[in-house]
Amino acid sequence: MVYNTKLKATDLGTVKHLVIKIKRYVMQKSLYIDPEKCTGCLQCEMACSFEQTGVFNPSQSRIKVFNFEEEGRKVPYTCTQCDEAWCMQACPVDSIKLDATTGAKVVQDETCVGCKVCTISCPFGTINYVVETGKVAKCDLCGGDPACAKACPTDAITFVDANWTGLDKMRKWAAKANDASL
Amino acid sequence: MAWTRQILRVDLTKGTCTSEALNMEWAMDYLGSRGLATKYLVEEIDPKVDPLSADNKLIMATGPMTGTIASTGGRYTVVTKGPLTGAIACSNSGGYFGAEMKFAGWDMVIFEGKSSKPVYLMIENDKVELRDASHLWGTSTWHTEEQIKKENQDPQIRISSIGKAGENQVLFSCVVNDLHRAAGRSGVGAVMGSKNLKAVAIRGTKGIGNVANPAEFQKVTTEKKQILAENAVTGEGLPTYGTQVLMNVINEMGALPTRNFKDVKFESANDISAEAMATPRETDGKAQLVTNQACFGCTIACGRISKIDKDHFSVQQKPQYHGASGGLEYEAAWALGAANGVKDLEALQYAQMVCNEHGFDPISFGATVGAVMEMYENGTLDEKKIGLKAPFGSAEALCELVEMTANGEGFGVEIGLGSKRLCEKYGQPELSMSVKGQEFPAYDPRGIQGMGLTYATSNRGACHLRSYTVASETLGIPVKTDPLVTEGKPGLVMAFQDATAAFDASGLCIFTSFAWGLGDIQPQIDAACEGDWSEEKLQEVGERIWNMEKLFNLEAGLTKEDDQLPTRLTTEAATEGPAKGLVAGVPEMLPEYYEIRGWDKDGVPSAEKRKSLGL
Repeated sequence: MVYNTKLKATDLGTVKHLVIKIKRYVMQKSLYIDPEKCTGCLQCEMACSFEQTGVFNPSQSRIKVFNFEEEGRKVPYTCTQCDEAWCMQACPVDSIKLDATTGAKVVQDETCVGCKVCTISCPFGTINYVVETGKVAKCDLCGGDPACAKACPTDAITFVDANWTGLDKMRKWAAKANDASL
Repeated sequence: MAWTRQILRVDLTKGTCTSEALNMEWAMDYLGSRGLATKYLVEEIDPKVDPLSADNKLIMATGPMTGTIASTGGRYTVVTKGPLTGAIACSNSGGYFGAEMKFAGWDMVIFEGKSSKPVYLMIENDKVELRDASHLWGTSTWHTEEQIKKENQDPQIRISSIGKAGENQVLFSCVVNDLHRAAGRSGVGAVMGSKNLKAVAIRGTKGIGNVANPAEFQKVTTEKKQILAENAVTGEGLPTYGTQVLMNVINEMGALPTRNFKDVKFESANDISAEAMATPRETDGKAQLVTNQACFGCTIACGRISKIDKDHFSVQQKPQYHGASGGLEYEAAWALGAANGVKDLEALQYAQMVCNEHGFDPISFGATVGAVMEMYENGTLDEKKIGLKAPFGSAEALCELVEMTANGEGFGVEIGLGSKRLCEKYGQPELSMSVKGQEFPAYDPRGIQGMGLTYATSNRGACHLRSYTVASETLGIPVKTDPLVTEGKPGLVMAFQDATAAFDASGLCIFTSFAWGLGDIQPQIDAACEGDWSEEKLQEVGERIWNMEKLFNLEAGLTKEDDQLPTRLTTEAATEGPAKGLVAGVPEMLPEYYEIRGWDKDGVPSAEKRKSLGL
């Protein structure tokens, strides 16, 4: 615990920084999306909305599947849980908190005032206002066991080691590296 | 509960929309979708009504499983009296539209009367209104979807609409949702057109929060999805090849009707097969098939998304067809291809896209073209009459005729009548390969005997989706039966008919039945719905639906004579393949079928049978 010797207890910024450092010793998982495998069935949206609200309701899902009809491509899209999360930085009432175990940025419904500033600051559009609750909603990784990944029938959405989201792609290319026929 | 318990009644004559409570007593007897909507229809219309008059009604209905997380829980049904058949019409579709109706809080929508001008129905949860559709009239289903989303500034609206074929009352026009999913058969689109109803647009954000036992429902639906994933047909065959996996299989059986059922094998079957769709073209090095696609909630994903060769003669300088779009399914590839002797896969894809775009059934269209080509070859029709040369095998003729039918031009108007009326008009009624006026799908009943009885007795006219005995006779599901014999087939057909009716009524897709039996849907329905839903009860619901439909048809004036196959199939034997020398054995199967159904020798359900089913 070397950081204690360097820490001034009053230096709040440093404490925040160190908390992030500590969390990095815990293995984290990340949602990994492979659009090529998506069939557009919306099982993920159903599972997400049911987990979050108890209702089968894609309009309340925090993951959305986009269908690019002209190209025949379906793409599931949700929050990437930025480390330097713009939504969290922008929140004027400090209502988006880091879940140190999962790395998720989690909206605190008790204190969210529905000002929507986070929805403007997020570059990806993955945090949105919900009229029915007067709060914002985003992916919280279901506390570390995301329902969307469990429901996906084709493994288009998986929950993998956050440090190795490129592993599958690396394996695919690695397989070619030693293939004399290519 | 899984039902929303609310239905919407739209009086197009008065321009009113009213909400009423779902009749739960009927829900307990007919479950939903096909069953429940048909119950409403038979209670509310005179069976003798002219299908295209204001007195006919059209119902769009979901089932209790529609919009839930159960695999394939996204179906809805369009029920009306069919203009092609004069019988009950009941066409089922996937896509996303059905689930959206449930999410908006409605089990079904009943349309009655006739609007004085083109309208579309806009549903945003409880807010429902009829809106002017003059600017959409005369346009395609594709344009209608795009325009409604655009003018409402809401890309998340789901839409079901008719194209020019429905407006022109082509007797086999369909209702198309989500660009390329269709309630396809029996002319349900023409009924919508006759009411001046262009489209139904829905945005539902309420969701379904009332399944009876959520924890059990999650558990059992997850278990049942695993069965679909592990099954060779639903887990591998259908997602990889789609229904087109059948083209070569059925051809090998000598049961691929070719050139208007003159032949039972198509020498070029491989050129229009799933394998061909996945093979890179010589012209541009790309395969026609781009990917597969699921309907709402479906973990099978059999749908085809294809891209046509943009240098093909049919689409040159027509960029609207160059993007990815709904691709060929087996029945369509057969009807547009083998039934006409056409082996040009790109031409078939073009015809398929035009059918989706302007909303008509590729099975009936393709089969009608088959009859036209036969009459062209036997000299009944000529180039002057048709407006072009139309021999069997002509891809050019297929592509021109599909445009003429879509646009209601020239001879296309006559094709729009369907093969029965067309062949009668030219004095050759025996050349229409249909029952009750509806064209056969892609299985020759000489080589798959159960399908002959299936076609003859289907309440909505010839159809493969009422008792798909191919599963048993070809694939051995649930048990293998010999496709060439008639023994035991009446019982097999009846069992498939009743089980299928129960699947359809639930809101699940019948394709699950390659892996699931009633015993698999039963615990899912039981966990979702109030009431005690046993397998026996579902069986009874299926039988009740079947008998209800039959009684409607009898009251509409149909008789035993409408349960017969065309003479070609009962007198002209198959010329090659395993069925060589065989005719369709319907005449010997029909009496036994009536008997085990508890119907008299004229096919009328006995008083005792009616009483036992509460009809």
